Parts: sequence; structure tokens; C-alpha cells
Amino acid sequence: MQNKKVINLFREIAENPYDYLRKQKTETGKKMIGSTCAFTPEEFIIAAGAHPFRIFGESESLSGADAHIQAYGCSMVRGMLEDGLSGKLDFLDGVVFPHACDSIQRLSDIWRLNIPSLHFDVLLPVKLDTPLAQSYFVKVLERFRKDLEKTLDVVISETALKESIILMNRMRSRLKRLYELQSEKPGILSGSDLSAVVKACMVMDKQEAANRLAELIDVLETSFTEKKIKRILISGSVCSHPDIYEMIENKGAVVVWDDLCSGSRYFEGLADEDTEPVQAIAGRFTERYVCPAKHLGVKFQMENLKMLIKQHHIDGILFMLLKFCEPFSFDYPDIKTELEKMEIPFLLVEMDRHNEVDEQMRTRIDTMLEIL
Amino acid sequence: MAGRLKATKRMKNIMKWYYIEAKYARFLGKKIAWITSGGPVEPLIAMNIIPIYPENHGAMIGASKMGGKMSEFAEGLGYSSDVCSYTKNDITSSITKESPIGGLPAPDMLICSNNICGTVLKWYEIQARKFNVPLFIYDTPFVHTEFTDEAREYVNEQTKEYIRFLEKHTGKKFNYKKMKKVGKLSLEAMKLWKKVLETAEHKPSPMTAFDAFFHLALIVTLRGKKVVVKYYRQLLEELEERNRQNIGAVDNEKYRLLWDNLPIWYRMRWLSEKFASHQAALVADTYTQAWCGVIDYVNEDDFLSSMGEAYTRIHLNVGVDQMADTIKKFIRQYDVDGLVMHSNRSCKPYSFGQYDIQNLLQEEDIPVLMIEADMTDERKFSESQAEARIDAFMEVIKQRKKEKQK
Repeated sequence: MQNKKVINLFREIAENPYDYLRKQKTETGKKMIGSTCAFTPEEFIIAAGAHPFRIFGESESLSGADAHIQAYGCSMVRGMLEDGLSGKLDFLDGVVFPHACDSIQRLSDIWRLNIPSLHFDVLLPVKLDTPLAQSYFVKVLERFRKDLEKTLDVVISETALKESIILMNRMRSRLKRLYELQSEKPGILSGSDLSAVVKACMVMDKQEAANRLAELIDVLETSFTEKKIKRILISGSVCSHPDIYEMIENKGAVVVWDDLCSGSRYFEGLADEDTEPVQAIAGRFTERYVCPAKHLGVKFQMENLKMLIKQHHIDGILFMLLKFCEPFSFDYPDIKTELEKMEIPFLLVEMDRHNEVDEQMRTRIDTMLEIL
Repeated sequence: MAGRLKATKRMKNIMKWYYIEAKYARFLGKKIAWITSGGPVEPLIAMNIIPIYPENHGAMIGASKMGGKMSEFAEGLGYSSDVCSYTKNDITSSITKESPIGGLPAPDMLICSNNICGTVLKWYEIQARKFNVPLFIYDTPFVHTEFTDEAREYVNEQTKEYIRFLEKHTGKKFNYKKMKKVGKLSLEAMKLWKKVLETAEHKPSPMTAFDAFFHLALIVTLRGKKVVVKYYRQLLEELEERNRQNIGAVDNEKYRLLWDNLPIWYRMRWLSEKFASHQAALVADTYTQAWCGVIDYVNEDDFLSSMGEAYTRIHLNVGVDQMADTIKKFIRQYDVDGLVMHSNRSCKPYSFGQYDIQNLLQEEDIPVLMIEADMTDERKFSESQAEARIDAFMEVIKQRKKEKQK
């Protein structure tokens, strides 16, 4: 398959994820298990014979969600709820709520009280940097495994779990390779294409995703782009605005890496295939880089960002924060001070999921890119 | 008119000396720990460490109507206008030393429990960087529907970690004997606080939620100390005496209301007078009840080993349906005619779910009013809008009561 064709396939799924999932359900008969956060241990769901996918909050109008969550809730949480209430997720069998931020915790309660589906709370620790929290993490995963077995009436064998670890690792490392290619040869893919690929991988059957990624990588490994280009990093929770990538590219810059839940945080880190499976899955979550709703030391987010800046020779950073998102927005000012010291240009954009990129924002982004 | 509670003056005095001691902690050879409002304070008291509550300080800032200005300062540093104003007040105050008490004394250590929200985690990380002091996180898994065995083990083990942390940073051995006494005193204070709040079952109620918001300070900051027990005993006596004489906090109390969420600190008096003008008393609230809501989980003879569960199962760390059950219980216990919910932009875990609580209360058949505000940021509050809504709400209540009495 040609490059363009594979990308179109990913794009199609990213644009209409629920159509893809509905079709998958009809074709495979698998249970469809949604999740609300990158902290979902998808390996267990796959090993249970079900199909994991990320609920994004596709709804733009939030009339149903308005009756449950105030307007000062972030558009992602309100959008996910709207998808559930409006019937967009009519194919859904269950939802996993990993402990993340306060808003997702309350979303779990509200979902449980209003939307009939199987319900899994995964009560992860908030700190990940002590041996005690890590051993609790393993126990939480063990419980999730049992909950799935009981609710779906299946047995999750060690073999199935090991196989799903291998599968997820394969898909994650290919996604990572794709990102590396973009960093090595900036512009080899358009930013909006790359972002669509990651999103599609969160929805697709993982084997199919891994296969398609391999095809795409094969083509890109041998492709070339012009080298001199300004290198941008996007940091935040999600970036669902293809326009932003385009605007950046029109100014002679490329997003060469990101630190997003809808990006690198989905694939970073691999589970150790030689360790006992549950331990291995927990190990990945406590070692990869995490979102600021979790604690990995008081300077983790800053140090991680510095590491990414160095590793990918970043010229400028775009912080894309969801309006009302506390974990990210509380980290920003200290990071801002640090970046000012390092003299790295950056820009903060606070947006809702479905906001249009308006003229004012365009001007701000243009101005930052011109400084580079 | 009931007049002021005599205890009010004593309370102000105790708080004054508490902050003076904290200010001179270094001269007294004492360490200071900043701790979250739902945090496990008893081990600090047992170790002779002075606990300081930035949230209590935030409330003071709010009550002094400085919250909006101080939030604005923090926003100038890059903090969003949509995040917790307690946090922003504290960040500002720790830089400018501005506050009714001239800022808080710097911490030697930080103790953060996420049983009230995830925001405190970010807040304490920020302050740990600023003051460059050690941070201990007492991580309390959320109890959506069930307090799991592994969560119990996790919190109990953290109690041990916490003690090791305190030993390391004070260089002293933990005093288990004193801890026993402190645990007993803490439980006794919680029981007394419960009795204080329950005096409001009486009609007319000798106190309102506005009194409770004020007298709460000691159970939050100094539980585990003798002075707290003594204070609440006196307060209880005073309230019981009012009940014997049928003295109500609100003149000619006719309507009884329940409050949900944190107070609107900068409009306490206005709200209190507004409701009183309708002969309505806010007789109970979910917020101050949180400091005696877990008494049943505490083992009097072994506070330490039961502390984990008690701190994990507090009102804000449980599912929305459990919160609704608590409200149902209060509606009956205090025989209230209506519920006032503060939709608090600063506190998402307290506010998200309030609409569903209303749905779960349908069988109670009581009117509900939602006031949009923020606990300390007066810029987020519209007095005229609140006034119109309160008046309309009270009309409904009056109408209902009339119909019921027919």
C-alpha cells in the first residue's frame, strides 16, 4: 500500500472513530470497552478478548452534559459525557475510569449513575515514585483483571496477557519510530497526519494498527525532507486542532515531538516482556513519563520537558492547555519561569476541544514562530 | 435576637496565640508543617510539630475580601483564572506576605493528602519547589463504591511511611505514647464537634451554618490538642443553654435550610442577613460535618491503625451517590425545608455531581437553589443575581410550607 493510502485509512478512522468501532463490533462480535485516560491498561482488555478504545468526546454541542457537569468543567470531560448521553456510543459495552484528575473521578460517578454500561474504576495511586505505591499499583491491576474476568465472564490467561503485552509493545514502538522519523526528518509527515495516526491507533484493532504502522514506516524510512526547519514541541493534554499543525507548517516550522495524552504519552515506555505480566504492565506505567495529575517528584514535569527539548533540539514550545484543566495549568507558571531562563520561546494557548482557531490566536502563534 | 456566641471571642484568642506561636516557632525550637485541610494532623501534634493550614489562611483571606486581588496577582504569574483560588491566594501570599496575618510562617515540611482533591497535589508540589522542603503525600484512593482491601493496606502502610518521614525530618523518635493521647483527644474533639452541630436539630436552631464555618477553625487546625476539647465543651454548653431557653440564632426562625459546599467567605454576613430577612436559618451544612463524618471508622484505643480508613472515607473522597445519601440523612435529621448548593468554581470535586445529587434527592421533594460563586474570589460572584435567586427560592419555600400546613 502506498503512503497516502495508509494515511488516509488512519485519517478516516481518526475522523469517524465511532463508525469504525461500530463496524468492528459487528464484524468481530467483540465487546467494546472505552476508556477515559492514557492510564488505561489496555493489555488486560485485549487479553480478555475485548476491544479497547479511547473515548475522545467527539460532541461539539454539550446540551446533555450541561445537565450534569457545570460549564467550568473541561470540554474533554463534558464532551465524553455528551458522547455517552447522546447515544453516539451506542455500540459501547463498558468504560474504564483510571484514577486521573478530579474531573475524571466525578465523571466516573456521573457516568455510573446515568449511562447503562459495564463500569470499571481503576483506583490507581496518585504518587508513583515509592515502592509502596508501586506495589499498590500492581494490586490495583490484579483487581482490574479480576473485575474484567467476572464482568465479561472470561478467563485472562497468562499466555493471553503476555501476547497482548507483546502486541501493545509492537504497536507502541512503531508509533514511537514514526515520531522519531518526524524528529529525524522533520516534515516527512504533516503534523495533522501524524496526530491522526496516533488517534486512530487508540481506536483501532491493535494488530491492524501495528501492521499499518509498519507499512507507513517502511515508506518513510527511505523518504527525505529538507533539513533546515524550526523545530516545535507541543505540550499539554490533548491537541485536536489539525489547523494548528498547518499554521505552524505554513510558517516554516514543524512539530517534531509532543508531550500530549493524545500523543507521545500514549506510546511512551514498553512493558518488560521478560517480567511477570502484571508487574510488567505496572512497571511501564510507573516508569514512562506521566501527566501532571500524577506525582513523580516535584520537578518531574520540568525535567522531562528539558529532556525532550534537548533530545529533539527544540526551538520553540507551544503549550496547548484545555480550559479549566487544573493539573496542567498549575504546572505551567514554574515551567514558564524555567524556560525564560533557558531563553526558549514558548506560547500558551488555552482552548476548548472544539474551539475554532481564531484570528487572535493565529496572530499569537505566528508571532511566536517569527521570533524563532 | 440571640446576639453573638460568647465562645467567638475565646476562639479568636486561641487562633491568635496559635499563629503567634507559629510565627516564633524557630525561637521555640519547633518545626512547622504545612498540611492540607483533610490531612492527618495527629502525628504532627504527637511530634510537637506546629501544623499550619494554608486553606484556613485562604479562608481568612477570603473573609477579609482580599481573595480577588490576590488571585489576580497569581494570574499575573501565569496561573489560570479558572483554577482553585485557595491555591492562588497561598501562592500570592507566600511571595507578597500579604494577608490578614501578614502571611504564613515558612514550612519545614509539607504534608499533602489528596482526600479532598487532586489540586492540593499540584499546590504542594509548587510550594515544595518554592521553599525547597520535603513533601510527604498521604495518598488516599478514591472510594467510588468500595473501600478495597488493597486500598486499606496501602493507606495503613503509608501511616508507617509518614511516621518514618517525620522521624527523619525532625531527627526524633516518634512518640507512640503521646500519639495514643493525641488520638483520644482528636476523637473526643470530633465527637464534641458533632454534638455542637447537632444542637441545630433544635427548633429554633441555636446556631447557623455561618457560625459553624467560623467555629470550625479549631477542629481543622488543632484537633488532638486539649484546648480544642475544652473549647468545644464550652461552646456546646452555651448552645445547649440557648436551646433550653429556646433562643434561636435567627429571629423567629420559620424555615430551615441545608448548605452544600464550602462557604462563600467574602459574603458570609450578607448571605446570613439575606436568609435571616426571610426568617430562614441555614441549620446545617455538608462542609463542617466532614470533620466528624468518619468518627465510626476511628478506633479510640488505636488511632494510628484506623487513621488510614478514616481519612480515606471522608465526604469529598466518596462517590456522588454516597454524598447524596449523606445529604438525605441531614435533610431528615435537621428537618430542613430546602437545600442551597454553592456551585464553587474553585472546587471541582465538590461541585461536579451536584446536579446528580439533585436528581437523587427527588423523592425528598425539597426545593434546591444553586448559587454560582467561588469560595474566595469575589470577582466570580454576582450579588444582584444571587439576591434575585434567593428571593425566588424563598418564595417557593414559603409557598410549599403554607401548602403543607393546610
